[in-house]
Amino acid sequence: MIRLEKRPSPSRFWQVATPVLAVILTMIAGGIMFALLGKDPVAAIRTIFWDPLFHPQFADYSRPQLLVKAGPLILIAVGLSLGFRAGIWNIGAEGQYIMGAICGAAAGLALYPADSRLIFPLMVIAGGLGGWAWGMIPAILKTRFNTNEILVSLLLVYVAQSLLASMALGRLRNPEGGGFPGSRNLSRWESSANPELIAGTGMHWGVVAAFIAVIAAYILLQRHILGFQIKLAGQAPRAARFAGVNPARLVVLCLGISGMLAGLAGLFEVTGPAGQISIDFNSGYGFTAIIVAFLGRLNPLGILLAGLLMALTYIGGELAQLMLGLPAAAIQAFQGMLLFFLLAVDLLSNYRIRIAGPAGVA
Amino acid sequence: MTELLRLEGLTKAYPGVVANSDVSFAIGTGEVHALLGENGAGKSTLVKMIYGLVKPDTGRMVLRGQPYAPDRPAEARRQGVAMVFQHFSLFEALDVAENVALGMENPPPMRELAARIRAVSEEYGLPLDPDRMVGDLSAGERQRVEIVRCLLQDPKLLIMDEPTSVLTPQEVEILFRTLRQLSAEGTAILYISHKLEEIRALCDEATILRRGKVVATCTPRERSAREMAELMVGAVLTPPAKSAKPKGEVALEVRDLSAASPIPFGTSLKQVNFTLRKGEVLGIAGVAGNGQDELLLALSGELKSDPGMVRIAGRDMGATGPQARRAAGLVSAPEERLGHAAAPDMSLVENALLSGALRKGLVRNGFIDWAATEDFAAGIVKDFDVRTPGTHVAARALSGGNLQKFVVGRELSQSPEVIVINQPTWGVDAAAAAAIRQAILDRAEAGAAVVVISQDLDELLEIADDFAALNEGRLTPTRPVEGLGIEEIGLMMGGAHDMEVAHGH
Repeated sequence: MIRLEKRPSPSRFWQVATPVLAVILTMIAGGIMFALLGKDPVAAIRTIFWDPLFHPQFADYSRPQLLVKAGPLILIAVGLSLGFRAGIWNIGAEGQYIMGAICGAAAGLALYPADSRLIFPLMVIAGGLGGWAWGMIPAILKTRFNTNEILVSLLLVYVAQSLLASMALGRLRNPEGGGFPGSRNLSRWESSANPELIAGTGMHWGVVAAFIAVIAAYILLQRHILGFQIKLAGQAPRAARFAGVNPARLVVLCLGISGMLAGLAGLFEVTGPAGQISIDFNSGYGFTAIIVAFLGRLNPLGILLAGLLMALTYIGGELAQLMLGLPAAAIQAFQGMLLFFLLAVDLLSNYRIRIAGPAGVA
Repeated sequence: MTELLRLEGLTKAYPGVVANSDVSFAIGTGEVHALLGENGAGKSTLVKMIYGLVKPDTGRMVLRGQPYAPDRPAEARRQGVAMVFQHFSLFEALDVAENVALGMENPPPMRELAARIRAVSEEYGLPLDPDRMVGDLSAGERQRVEIVRCLLQDPKLLIMDEPTSVLTPQEVEILFRTLRQLSAEGTAILYISHKLEEIRALCDEATILRRGKVVATCTPRERSAREMAELMVGAVLTPPAKSAKPKGEVALEVRDLSAASPIPFGTSLKQVNFTLRKGEVLGIAGVAGNGQDELLLALSGELKSDPGMVRIAGRDMGATGPQARRAAGLVSAPEERLGHAAAPDMSLVENALLSGALRKGLVRNGFIDWAATEDFAAGIVKDFDVRTPGTHVAARALSGGNLQKFVVGRELSQSPEVIVINQPTWGVDAAAAAAIRQAILDRAEAGAAVVVISQDLDELLEIADDFAALNEGRLTPTRPVEGLGIEEIGLMMGGAHDMEVAHGH
């Protein structure tokens, strides 16, 4: 008989080991799935995890993609993790990401074709504010009317998507684009461009912002009373009230920070890798960041690693589709397995498994 | 008296702790048998084995001459063993009859069941209306629901776990009459308690447990309460010393404090008034659920009231939150340790920061001074004899008593002006309880004003200067403890909820 026994204190070893174990289990289960699809499992796993970085032919293209893809994931996930720790569930980062991109792009395009070094910083501020404002909607509805922030933030994603489509077709459409949907290309306008900072690395301002966010969140959670209050509110809400934490203030703060960081991610994307506001500008970073946040155990350093890993499976997954003809659904299933195993083995940090014979006969 | 149940060498071990070790004793038909012991002595595990909730590792039980090894409570009930738990398992949104039906294997039709509930409750002097909603009942009435639920099964052995902790003295007297009637009819009762005077008044035999072992058996009527207490604790006890210093100026003033309860089915506070001077200890008694939790929340600032209702050292703090009140010198310790007074998964260091940040100056410009916080936590552990491997273990890893020492110690170590404590020694062993009471009195001696809310009357009479009782959210006028009789206290606590009538007074 297998029994679960609660540990007196969470195991530090398993807190670190469970993500590694989850990755290994994902490789095994994924390998079985690939084999059932008639592909060589070892080749598939190698294509996903190894080739993007070291393949002699493709690595030059795919290696910089790692930071390009990981940057927004990490930036958004760090913001989300603060709220998740406090028990405030912002599921709508995708919408905040879109609104950041729209507001930032609009601020820049309003000044087109001016030439000033101040335009890009202005766009960054506008992008952050756009995401922040979109996060404030569920925050205010929750604190004023006690609505559920999960539903409100999620549904606002679809509102943001409709706004994005209408902007790409309407107010922000490139007047010189021959009637095609989509804005001017911001990455080709020097004042608004978010270029690759070091050639061949994929490093752009959004990646820099992600690293800064990781460090700031780490200090906040380890050293600052606000970080302590966030953890306390998530673990023991009544103890938090006893300690004098104002729950409404935390809701506003956490949704505000996560919205702002998602908005910034959107802005850096639209001015850099994406280049323009288009109907299908958003590519699911806001949702994937939820997985990244949990994969990184809501810990800033863990999120950094998880973001890189997740980006790797994206790039590797595309490569596997291209080279081995794996269906896109198989890659998504593979990524789903990762989250599944992560949550499943998570219980090892708080429980130990005991394998015992039938209980003693009285 | 024929033997009903015999336990032979029952042993039950959990990882890291032996809950029961070679426990043997017998209960006769119609006997009222006391099971005495401190918290953690193994009483609960033992009765859980008898009631089929836990399987013993070794040892056996014999019921009416037949081997008895229930594998679940339903089996125990079928064989005539019933149990009234300390914490009621009742649904507040259902009525009495529905609650009773939920505990039965094959409940009869509702109307028939209601008639049987009425008949049984009248026969045993426990008036109960089957149609009333449980959420509207007092704690004493809820207990009656549990008892009647057991009596409907016509048990041969009735196990009662700490039944009087929720009752007024008058209600206790009526419960005892019911139990004596049952005993006279041949129902054996296994009575678990640590209230010694009650056991002396009620029980025929007593088995005393300490650290899972039977350390003594005695006839309670022939022993003094002190003798039994010392058997229970295994040490000689010294009562705390009260200060005789004259009291100072007003430290805490509560005027017409009314506040709606934030707890579902809670009790709202209605027009609570009292004044407390420096160095004074006010004991507030009351049956559980009469507004104790709400009063603590309203004083700590977690439940905001209107301006003017609470004044600390003359300053109006009525509408302020917990941190502002801490700044004004008020500290508080809620009843529930895990989840309210302390965060279960956080370390003792983090839990020290939880309420100590402000008064101990542990946060500068928003940044936490972890070194100072560790010193603070280590100081609490040392001064209050908290048994723990270190200050970095999670709060939930500590035993209830040790965590209580930590929580109370954390508040008392902040040089407070006003102290509010709910159930300061709940679940703490006798020696630690004495130490906590002494620490409270020491702070009073040093000039702090203290409000102690407790359901332990002996504790209140021991440490308080003044006495008041909460009854359905109202506070009685305060009275000096000196010269206060148990009858008066009972009346202050709200009488016996109409129970006298049933016994034909």
